[in-house]
Amino acid sequence: MAKFKKDEKRDTPAISTASLPDIIFMLLFFFMVSTTMREVTVMVDNTMPQATETVKLEKKSLVSNIYVGKPVGQYQATYGTEPKIQLNDRFAVLTEIQAFVIAEQEARPEEDRNSIVNNLKVDNDVTMGNITDLKQELRKANSLLVNYGAGRKATQR
Amino acid sequence: MAKKTPEINATSTADIAFLLLVFFLAATTMNVDSGLRRKLPPFQPDNTEAPKYAKHNILRVLVNRDNMLSINDEVADVSTLKDRTVEFIQNRGNRSDMPDKSVKTIELFGPVEVSKGIVSLQSDKGTSYEMYIAVQDQLTAAYNEMRNAKANEKWGKDYKELDVEQQKAVNAVIPVAISEAEPKSIGGKK
Repeated sequence: MAKFKKDEKRDTPAISTASLPDIIFMLLFFFMVSTTMREVTVMVDNTMPQATETVKLEKKSLVSNIYVGKPVGQYQATYGTEPKIQLNDRFAVLTEIQAFVIAEQEARPEEDRNSIVNNLKVDNDVTMGNITDLKQELRKANSLLVNYGAGRKATQR
Repeated sequence: MAKKTPEINATSTADIAFLLLVFFLAATTMNVDSGLRRKLPPFQPDNTEAPKYAKHNILRVLVNRDNMLSINDEVADVSTLKDRTVEFIQNRGNRSDMPDKSVKTIELFGPVEVSKGIVSLQSDKGTSYEMYIAVQDQLTAAYNEMRNAKANEKWGKDYKELDVEQQKAVNAVIPVAISEAEPKSIGGKK
């Protein structure tokens, strides 16, 4: 006959933490795979518009980012509050676009150079005058693929 | 006498992993870039003449600096633009004030009618980017809707589910024709 005997004085055994590193590693790998390195510090306001028909940009290596917007607080004293173009980590003027496009092309292998997508990350409040000038420069530089950056809005049906 | 190697204390592995995790959380971003893809036309020197199209083939979409929209010279709301574009490009009633169609032979489809309709989009320098994207979004939606309808009619599937060849064929039947005029500066606001 089995006997269920209760020990009078028994301590709860310590929970084993041996698997804790494994759990953390799992989290780590998840974040390593699903995120991308932050490459530049955005120095302009960048609230992008919303659209329903957006498509994802597939190849990260072929994307060249151009930010346009009003400089954020700390730069306003130096650069004013008019919308500015930001290439990599600095503010640029329109005439620098062509050189930037060439630099971006040279940074990539030859077979990819014609498929570089210029990702225009433009703030909501920027007016089209700036954008058209920018597009004109891109056309002059013969870098014709553009992506109008926009967040995804839920489809209204 | 063999000496037993003492077991290495592994308690700190968790801390090391935590450290790495925090580093990756701080240094990376999660957002995926998305947007509306477009191909710009090649650069034309100023003196080249724009090609002429018959007036009834063009849907004139104008956005002024107060973010107001007009379709073929009538003030309209952005939400109506998609349906107007679809109606215009398809021209189901074969009306004379709407685009002509030409019969083309396209792989997988055979001879089909392709609309000659063009959307001419003109924005002002003072138009906000938000409005511009709203307009572009509506136009994209219109073309996507037509392509979806075509794909469903032919293969009973949505455009997205077709293979590359089929998508190409649908693209040829319904080509995206959005032409952007040089911006006007009215009122001098930039």
